[in-house]
Amino acid sequence: MRVAVIKGGRSLERAVSLRSGARVEDALGGLGHEAIPLDAGEDLVRTLKQRRPDVAFIALHGPGGEDGTVQELLEILRIPYTGPGVAACMRSMDKVATKSILREAGIPTPDWVAFNATAFRELGAADALEEIEGGLGFPLVVKPASQGSSLGVRFAAAREEVPEALVAAFSYDDRVLLERHVAGRELAVSLIAGEPLPTVEAVPREADQFNYEARYEIGRTSYSCPAELGAEEGNVREVASATWRALGCEGFARVDVMLGAEGPQVLEVNAIPGLTDTSLLPMACEAAGIGFESFVERAIELARARPRGQPSAVPAPPPPHP
Amino acid sequence: MRSSAMRDLMEITARPEVISLAGGLPDTSTFPPESFAAQMTRIAQESSAEALQYGPTEGFARTKDVICEVMGAEGMHPEVEDVLVTTGGQQALDLVAKTLLDPGDVVVAEGPTYPGAVPVFCSYEADTRQVSIDAEGMRIDALLETLDALEREGRRPKFIYSVPTFQNPGGVTMSLQRRRRLVEIARERELLILEDNPYGMLRYEGDPLPSLYALDGGDYVLYTGTFSKILSPGIRVGWLCAPPPVMEKVVLGKQAADLCTSTLTQYFVGEFFAEGRWREYIADVAAIYRQRRDAMLDALERFFPEEATWSRPQGGLFVWATLPDYIDTTDLLAKALRENVAFVPGEAAFVGGLGKTSMRLNFSAQTEDEIREGVRRIGRVIGEQLDLYRTITGEHRIPPAAPEAGPAGDVLPLRRAGRRRT
Repeated sequence: MRVAVIKGGRSLERAVSLRSGARVEDALGGLGHEAIPLDAGEDLVRTLKQRRPDVAFIALHGPGGEDGTVQELLEILRIPYTGPGVAACMRSMDKVATKSILREAGIPTPDWVAFNATAFRELGAADALEEIEGGLGFPLVVKPASQGSSLGVRFAAAREEVPEALVAAFSYDDRVLLERHVAGRELAVSLIAGEPLPTVEAVPREADQFNYEARYEIGRTSYSCPAELGAEEGNVREVASATWRALGCEGFARVDVMLGAEGPQVLEVNAIPGLTDTSLLPMACEAAGIGFESFVERAIELARARPRGQPSAVPAPPPPHP
Repeated sequence: MRSSAMRDLMEITARPEVISLAGGLPDTSTFPPESFAAQMTRIAQESSAEALQYGPTEGFARTKDVICEVMGAEGMHPEVEDVLVTTGGQQALDLVAKTLLDPGDVVVAEGPTYPGAVPVFCSYEADTRQVSIDAEGMRIDALLETLDALEREGRRPKFIYSVPTFQNPGGVTMSLQRRRRLVEIARERELLILEDNPYGMLRYEGDPLPSLYALDGGDYVLYTGTFSKILSPGIRVGWLCAPPPVMEKVVLGKQAADLCTSTLTQYFVGEFFAEGRWREYIADVAAIYRQRRDAMLDALERFFPEEATWSRPQGGLFVWATLPDYIDTTDLLAKALRENVAFVPGEAAFVGGLGKTSMRLNFSAQTEDEIREGVRRIGRVIGEQLDLYRTITGEHRIPPAAPEAGPAGDVLPLRRAGRRRT
């Protein structure tokens, strides 16, 4: 089979995407497929039309690749592709949209408030910060609405740290959210065809509990899989499955969950999670006895098996959270 | 995450549509292709077999003669046997670190320091202590404080690393008084200094100052130089000067690392210098860079907000700009990349997470127009973030932009009138 591996692109996660893509290409070679590596750029559509791959493996991360844009183009070209469809990508790339859908579906997610820069610039949103902070409490988490990795994510432990955190988050997106911080265990549930794989737990060092940055530094966080969740195991898997259904995911995806005193709460969904040597979905596959090659093969099977909607069948984004 | 996030962002700066003020690249388009062709042809015709063969680990005698000639032009007169030809100045730094450092050993460096030195010190697991700089270079009072504090811990630095002239990234030059004092301190306390001088010949104004190596005579000061900025970085030829006891070990390290520096490019260096026009070539390049520096300083004056400060380098390739403390320049780079412009976030020049509000701007690699446009775009994203911060903190409320505001660059409420910095 001829498999286009779409990777790179212009997002800030380009470097990770190139590593994910390279790993998929290796696996395709092992499976006896022909990999067509494509760095997503101006000639992407032209190249896809010329090469006519049987299927596209999308290894892009972040805006542009994980938000439905490339998926839409592949729908138009009628090339089957791996991972969730256009609408599910749009819903999961935008954390605000994700959380609105989760809340409507009754799936627990930490309280939040979302703003765009215009609200501050033109509508005096700064005057509402006191009420927001009162409602969410400290520490709170400030995030750009649509960045896949932890880029631009800051904790604010006190009021005076909020403006700086907002400015940082607004560097990555015109919309940011302030989210209530949930203390607890940080979990990642990867799913294939809606079936949860064993849960991965990120275990930060004690000293870095509130240092989001340190948590993502290699060597400072250790992972365990399958996570020892005891009685909560079923709940965690259930919220992950419910999230998958609520967003309309297909193929594979990863749901990030915080397990606190009030049970599991969903933080975000990655429509195209990292697939590098140190990424969490491959870790979960391994724990389930699924080799990386088998995962790639399965992702392609799922892509080819499913009927695709018309490109115009993309629903409008859900209304913003009140 | 921070440092790896920065590395990932830096990878994007290489996109062709990005005006990159990030790299430390000399403008190699200034080298006449016909000279290059003639020199390489001569090598092929006259010395093909030798140029394609291994060479001595220490480097060819001819290369070392050239190095002595270049150092002579800067008032230094090393013995030929004190010179080791290295694969770029970077290897000299790596070899000194490899030779002198055990894990946990202390290195003292300027803060900020050369971003390329940070991974070297980290990879040998050095305990890097950074000493702040001001307009006169490394602060000697801060250095003494650091040394005294170390002494109280019963520790000594293995060496002090300094780029005293047109410092990368600080853009400042150590004053003569401080140079003398630094060399004195090294002698009094029997400490080694590694002086890194890639830019000394690229002076655009003012009188040259003696190097630390010249002041010390080569007893306590190790010296590294390079052809990267005065000829070509692609040839990967640099050098190290060190006294014999250190040199013996460094040569063993060099042998282990790569046996010898490229013979082919050493031949090229020999040919280029044999033509005897290298001083003119450097003067030509310096004239171009001077104009680019002026273009950058003018653009900074015009487009950066008044809360920003920056260095005014007399030579070299870099300006170091510092913003208010609520702006993180790694985050700012993400925003700047959306405007297709790049710089090096200040934290790259520190080992322990400082420098987050500063940035390094290079003026040698782009044309004057590109520099102006690049600085304009960076100024705009800074201005947006400053305004946002003020709005959020209630420091002031800005009126929404008028619908028919002029070109994007004029929307910013920057205060441009008649400000002067020194």
